[in-house]
Amino acid sequence: MMSALPTNYLTPTGREEAWRFTPLKRIAGLHDPATLVADRISISLVGSVRSGFKVETCEASDLPPKSATDDAVIQRIRSGVAKVTHLAIDKEAVVTDPIFLKRSAGAEKEFSRTVITAGAHSKATVVVENVGLATLGEEIEIRLDAGANLTFISLQEWSENSIHLGRHHAIVGRDATFNSITITVGGSLVRLLPTVEYSDQGGSAELLGLYFATDGQHLEHRVHVEHGIPNGKSRVTYKGILAGAEARTVWIGDVFIRGNAEGTDTYELNKNLLLTDGARADSVPNLEIETGQIVGAGHASTTGRFDDEQLFYLMSRGIPISDARRLVIRGFFGEIVSKIGIESVEERLMTRIDNQLSKVGE
Amino acid sequence: MSKLVIKNLHVGVETDSGTTEILRGVDLTINSGEVHAIMGPNGSGKSTLAYSIAGHPKYTITSGSVTLDGVDVLEMSVDERAKAGLFLAMQYPVEVPGVSVANFLRTAATALRGEAPKVRTWVGEVKEAMNKLAMDPAFSERSVNEGFSGGEKKRHEILQMELLKPKIAILDETDSGLDVDALRVVSESVNRVKAEQNLGIMLITHYTRILRYIKPDFVHVFAGGKIVEEGGPELAERLEEKGYAQYVKA
Repeated sequence: MMSALPTNYLTPTGREEAWRFTPLKRIAGLHDPATLVADRISISLVGSVRSGFKVETCEASDLPPKSATDDAVIQRIRSGVAKVTHLAIDKEAVVTDPIFLKRSAGAEKEFSRTVITAGAHSKATVVVENVGLATLGEEIEIRLDAGANLTFISLQEWSENSIHLGRHHAIVGRDATFNSITITVGGSLVRLLPTVEYSDQGGSAELLGLYFATDGQHLEHRVHVEHGIPNGKSRVTYKGILAGAEARTVWIGDVFIRGNAEGTDTYELNKNLLLTDGARADSVPNLEIETGQIVGAGHASTTGRFDDEQLFYLMSRGIPISDARRLVIRGFFGEIVSKIGIESVEERLMTRIDNQLSKVGE
Repeated sequence: MSKLVIKNLHVGVETDSGTTEILRGVDLTINSGEVHAIMGPNGSGKSTLAYSIAGHPKYTITSGSVTLDGVDVLEMSVDERAKAGLFLAMQYPVEVPGVSVANFLRTAATALRGEAPKVRTWVGEVKEAMNKLAMDPAFSERSVNEGFSGGEKKRHEILQMELLKPKIAILDETDSGLDVDALRVVSESVNRVKAEQNLGIMLITHYTRILRYIKPDFVHVFAGGKIVEEGGPELAERLEEKGYAQYVKA
């Protein structure tokens, strides 16, 4: 008989720092060993296979995780999943058109593990589209070999009752460039861990994020950048809008610069715009620096309502207040959305955001 | 012909200790085609006058009136004032991240003209106006005022004035932060718009430098929240020599 003790011992209660913001009763027991969770391949390639990469299903034992995690749900996923989806981008391949991976979760609770490997000096953009109804725990581990340049876009466009707990972890190799854009607009409860570590010097990571919570949504992003290697660079910019009395967002920005990580250059920023009373945005930037030999380190966090000066400026040019507000909101979103660089995706997101805005009446 | 009439305007700001009066009875009339220079030391209330007329929510009108062609401006919302034909070129234009200059200008023109300008003629119109202000066409893709240099912000203000075609424009320290070349370009544009559109101008400045490029018809010295002396261009020359000391003491 397997000992249930270690896992039981780690089951979150809600009192832990990592879980204190998350309403545990709304995560369908995904954290609880007593909950039965299916193991299913839910990621598939959109369109046909092209040259420069391949997508295949592997035995989990052939593709074990290369990163450590203390997250109870992710540990459950790792121990419970038998098959792993592997997107492998060939060494030196330049894949010009984005690689779209679509999530088709089933009706039941399920776990998923995905590994993306970007071969040395490859260049590609990967888009993961999370749509529809799901109760999902998932991990995507992204490994960048030397000189690889990968843009990883994860879109949480879930339908309203979806529950999504996930970790998107990048391991950035020597002189590699990891750009990520995380957009979360759908779902009842989404808790994501966009995390980065460096396996060699000269790596660079940019993490952009955008979340929009309307009434009843809990959208949580727990960024963690681990500078444990010299001469790494990171930039984190997450922006959120909240509308509706029960709209709830959490942003944690942990950046750790370890004692040996000399030459680190990092900056993180979180901005939240509250459109209505009662919405709550928690924003916790946390920068820990164990060496003074760095290029730069900083963080900033703002949470507030409409900037009266912006509205005044726009209105003084004849723009009515409702249009002025819409411009400011669209601008706020647009700053991140426009970085996607895929017109169809950008338009789809802005349309969805507009629709959600019109429902809350701004 | 348009006429902006300010009568006995008193304006205050709310502070923790009640309302602090800043403007103490301003009387001023500006007609189309006229340039009125408002000159005065820092803190005299010049910018408060500009922002009050534009309708900034920070300021409370305690008494007096402002009318444009006989219509009460103070009853209008900020956007209605713009639609009535007022324009304020701000000293510190506000950044609006994520909103491109092109989108902003088109939205403003649509609001003011009551219909969206036709794409083809509009693009040409914007290009031409930018060209006259020696602005790079790539400028229109940047976010409004974000990362603009001081000179770029001021050019952008005057660009809006040119495209939005107001009746009366208030230029609040448009000269501050401009080098000589930028000052010349901006002044030329102001003069051109004035000539083409018979614009009436309230030119607020601390320095006489800009008056060498934009010739005032009237000069008003502003101190202690009101106009303390009025005259023609010769008054500006006197200020150049003697400064504001005599007014500040009073």
